Amino acid sequence: MTETIELSIDSKLEFVDMVGSVTKSMTAKLGFSEDDASWIELAVHEAVINAITHGNRSADDKQVDVRFVIEQNVLTIYVRDRGEGFDPSALPDPLDPNNLLNPNGRGIFYMRTFMDEVEYSIHPEGGSIVRLTKQKQSSD
Amino acid sequence: MAQLSIKQRQAGDVTVLDLSGKITIGEGSVQLREAVRGLLDDGKKKILLNLGDVNYVDSSGIGELVSSYTTTNNQGGQLKLLNLTKKIQDLLMITKLLTVFETHDHEETAVESFK
Repeated sequence: MTETIELSIDSKLEFVDMVGSVTKSMTAKLGFSEDDASWIELAVHEAVINAITHGNRSADDKQVDVRFVIEQNVLTIYVRDRGEGFDPSALPDPLDPNNLLNPNGRGIFYMRTFMDEVEYSIHPEGGSIVRLTKQKQSSD
Repeated sequence: MAQLSIKQRQAGDVTVLDLSGKITIGEGSVQLREAVRGLLDDGKKKILLNLGDVNYVDSSGIGELVSSYTTTNNQGGQLKLLNLTKKIQDLLMITKLLTVFETHDHEETAVESFK
């Protein structure tokens, strides 16, 4: 059985906490451990912030769509912006000693660290989508 | 209610900022930036950030800690961290920033380390 929740927000930072509240509800519903739940919440937070600030360039009339899908013991979150898309492989490595003191560039690294899969694609009607996946471990 | 509460006190010539709440993109990060810049402007260059009551930090907040550290260093000062929560410690560790920051678990030894 698949369960889905979808919400759409204007590109305003003040709305990001609401997405966080839904993320908390979804991780609780699946029974993730407290640690995993907080890291998933951070990963979704980073994805939504990127969609607002980089994808939509903070144009608050542009929407960010967030879709949560629960299927068996897997939580998948899709975050879509209305931007031009980008090449995630072109991002500098935050662990490179030359980049350690760079104040930016850690969001996607945290997403990749805390989720099982992070995949970027282009939406057929425009904008980019990041898909975040996390499977609940049987010991959770 | 403010996202981040910052209380300032002196421990000898070390200025301690007791932070409580969230250091995230927007208000929290800006508050931290302004507090540290304010201390440097006042000539207070020995800064200890007490993070014990910070319950949420995102990549922007981590970036602001890095920024505060480099700005302080560039002005000939020192910025150190006190009472890292497990979460903040994890975020700093996986991005190799524990190799950058000097961190302490006890205020007394932290203050002493500035001498």
